[in-house]
Amino acid sequence: MIVPYSHLLLLAVILFGLGAACAVVRRNLIMILIGVEVMLNAAGLAFVGASLRWQQLDGQVFVLFIMAVAAAEVAVGLALIVFLQRRTGSVDANRYNLLKG
Amino acid sequence: MTLYGSIFYLLSATVLAATVLAITRRHAVHAVIYLILSFFGTALLFYLLGAPFLAVLEVIIYAGAIMVLFLFIIMMLRVTPSARTWGAALRQWLPAIVLGTISFSIAAAMVFADPRTQAPLKAVRAGPMELGRFLFQRYWFPVEIASFLLLIALVGALYLGKREGKSGNGQNKEAS
Repeated sequence: MIVPYSHLLLLAVILFGLGAACAVVRRNLIMILIGVEVMLNAAGLAFVGASLRWQQLDGQVFVLFIMAVAAAEVAVGLALIVFLQRRTGSVDANRYNLLKG
Repeated sequence: MTLYGSIFYLLSATVLAATVLAITRRHAVHAVIYLILSFFGTALLFYLLGAPFLAVLEVIIYAGAIMVLFLFIIMMLRVTPSARTWGAALRQWLPAIVLGTISFSIAAAMVFADPRTQAPLKAVRAGPMELGRFLFQRYWFPVEIASFLLLIALVGALYLGKREGKSGNGQNKEAS
């Protein structure tokens, strides 16, 4: 007996909301990636809780895949940030307005 | 409240506080440090919820590899903290807060209205051996796809990180 499953879901929802707020509101590209990381982590938390709730191992296996996707996403995202910083000299999302008329 | 329950609430309060501190920092380095604390708390939550292998992986991959990668990039790029402009920030925060409150209250209502989510979690754990057997018996094909995805990400990161031009050392912006 740990806690009801709803409390764990609530924690995951709040964490996901915090990550989404960080990804939407912040203008630094690195902070946007950090927000995406927080969101993926919250999804993993919900998966582990569901795996314990229904006594199936599928949820834990999915967290493994989420970790693989997060690692790939961070590698490519940070490479993109380095590329953009070389190209434009800034990591501020507001400065990328070359297409603006 | 049982011992496990109090540990859960303590850990979730830690994780929430660390995440809130992380996403509101101006310096990206401070944000990463707080995020490492948050990921350690999440790893302990995984351990509490019966996934010791995932707890270890969380510390190694998230708090170790990914956050160190972030730190490397931040220190390599010399990111300056952006100056705050409160007018634009408030204009962006207000709709975000309103819409977020609406969707969060709907999610909370749905979670608490469903009687199936009220079932208390039993404290059982699945060791690494069971998880590995289950993974490679039932999910061997997604494992291959995930490894292929990591290979593609490696190649993509190498390609993006390569400097443009054969003789380009120091001349980074010749194409722009």
